[in-house]
Amino acid sequence: MTRYVVRRLLLFVPTLWAIATLTFFLMRLAPGGPFNAERDIPQAARAALAQKYGLDRPLAGQYVTFLARAVRLDFGPSYKFPTRQVREIILEGFPVSAELGGWALLVALLVGIPLGVIAAQRQNTAADTAVMAAALAGVSIPSFVLGPLLVLAFSLGLYWLPPALWEGPQSRVLPVLTLSAAYVAYVARLTRAGMLEVLHQDFIRTARAKGLPERVVVLKHALRLGLLPVVSYLGPATAAIIMGSLVVEQVFTVPGLGRYLVNGAFNRDYTLVMGVVLFYAAFLMALNLLVDLAYAWLDPRVELK
Amino acid sequence: MSATTAASTALSAAVAGPPRSLWSDARRRLARNRAAVASGGLLAFVVLACFAAPWLPGLADPAAQDLRLGAALPTIAHPFGTDELGRDLLARVLHGGRISLLVGLVGTLVSLLVGVSWGAVAGYAGGKLDEFMMRTVDVLYALPNIFLVILLMVLFSRSLLMLFVALGLVQWLTMARIVRGQVLTLKRQTFVEAARALGAGDWSIVFRHIVPNTLGPVIVYATLTVPAVILQEAFLSFLGLGVQPPDASWGTLIADGARVMALFPWLVVFPGLALSLTLLALNFLGDGLRDALDPQDLPQAR
Repeated sequence: MTRYVVRRLLLFVPTLWAIATLTFFLMRLAPGGPFNAERDIPQAARAALAQKYGLDRPLAGQYVTFLARAVRLDFGPSYKFPTRQVREIILEGFPVSAELGGWALLVALLVGIPLGVIAAQRQNTAADTAVMAAALAGVSIPSFVLGPLLVLAFSLGLYWLPPALWEGPQSRVLPVLTLSAAYVAYVARLTRAGMLEVLHQDFIRTARAKGLPERVVVLKHALRLGLLPVVSYLGPATAAIIMGSLVVEQVFTVPGLGRYLVNGAFNRDYTLVMGVVLFYAAFLMALNLLVDLAYAWLDPRVELK
Repeated sequence: MSATTAASTALSAAVAGPPRSLWSDARRRLARNRAAVASGGLLAFVVLACFAAPWLPGLADPAAQDLRLGAALPTIAHPFGTDELGRDLLARVLHGGRISLLVGLVGTLVSLLVGVSWGAVAGYAGGKLDEFMMRTVDVLYALPNIFLVILLMVLFSRSLLMLFVALGLVQWLTMARIVRGQVLTLKRQTFVEAARALGAGDWSIVFRHIVPNTLGPVIVYATLTVPAVILQEAFLSFLGLGVQPPDASWGTLIADGARVMALFPWLVVFPGLALSLTLLALNFLGDGLRDALDPQDLPQAR
């Protein structure tokens, strides 16, 4: 177990290094650059800018400094807002995004798992069909369609909930709902499939044969194994939720990291975009490691090598 | 013709009916899948309507403005209504669909080209080269692919061509893994040895003998890649990082509609409906194809 964790952590470093290197050289390869947008700035000013961002030094030196600083999340000042450090922006935006994403994931699990279990228990009944049809609809409607539609219905039609911003608990409802819809659906489908597979196994028949109440059979014996597909989906789900938050934060003007990333991309703010991308890559890799560990803990048949 | 041959021919004809290939078999299974057939029909309709849009009689010019009309509710003359500039929304949705569908197709083709070649070469070469190539795939897998697209769109010009390339370039990873897995088992089979014994070179073995045999899973995965690419294009365009004006796609139409939806909700509903239905149909068709061709265990698509 410890050896497995250490080995995974050791793989972590070269992967991040490769991604960092890729982004760094892509950035230097790119034609133009953020300072070409400003027309006709004096030569001296251009030189001063280059010096501020360390662009005047040889490429190899820039690369080494970049790597050394990236380890500490220090990506230098933003290109667009020179008075702000990229690290500050990340530390400011991430908690908001994490809250939004965390709620969305929680809703997806708390709603999706029971729905999946109910559908599996009543396989091929009207309840099952209804849940699966709803799940299919949930998967097919992109968040950037669902979000505006929800605003239309609940903010502009019924006046129940605020259409934007991130102030007070009511403002959380629509963004979280929009972000979680697709994952409620996925989780329900995965739970149903996993439970169906487990419920047909011998040890479940044994449990029923010895007279355990159905509730205990399902919740205590079957659920643990039936949830394995959901657990292995947590990694990709988090990645997808982070991507989804780019849109949801834009739709609801939530001041999260996704919004900074999109605005940064718009302004060609190289350092900001690169910093956020690397930060998220590291975050997701760490999370995937945790998911794998949880998987092994739930399923004793899995051996970590 | 000897009596025994004639008898055995008659027997096999009686038992099996006309000979069935994998493809005719698959076609029959697909035809029995009602959801897939309906999806196929809907898709054919959408594709035809979008690509024939410039020549459809009676369809308004998508750029023609009628400011007196303003944003009007759907009528007979404008079945989807008009936008704030009085442009016919049906025409705009159909023309936008051309770009969305085109992005889906071209992006998938790029991903096919890169993914199949990458996977085939890695699987066939084996050893250090395979190790290096698949490590590269692993590294890129660690990065959510929309980030890579955003990075590419930030760093290079935001043109339609760049969008095609960027979307295709992030979608080939799973394809490469599928093809490599197939090639690993195929390259040990006797027909490959036969080809080698006949003096075929490595390139011709890989691309003329092995790759055609991976076609089943590749087709299935490609069908599922098309909606993924279309969705990503719409996602980026919605954020303003994809298709740039004056071009319009379903994503940009939804973005434009969302801005004014408090007043003119139909401007977001119709393009959203067009996109959602097309994605749904493509996913159904892909699932149907997978069941019909029945390739074993495709890796989980992201």
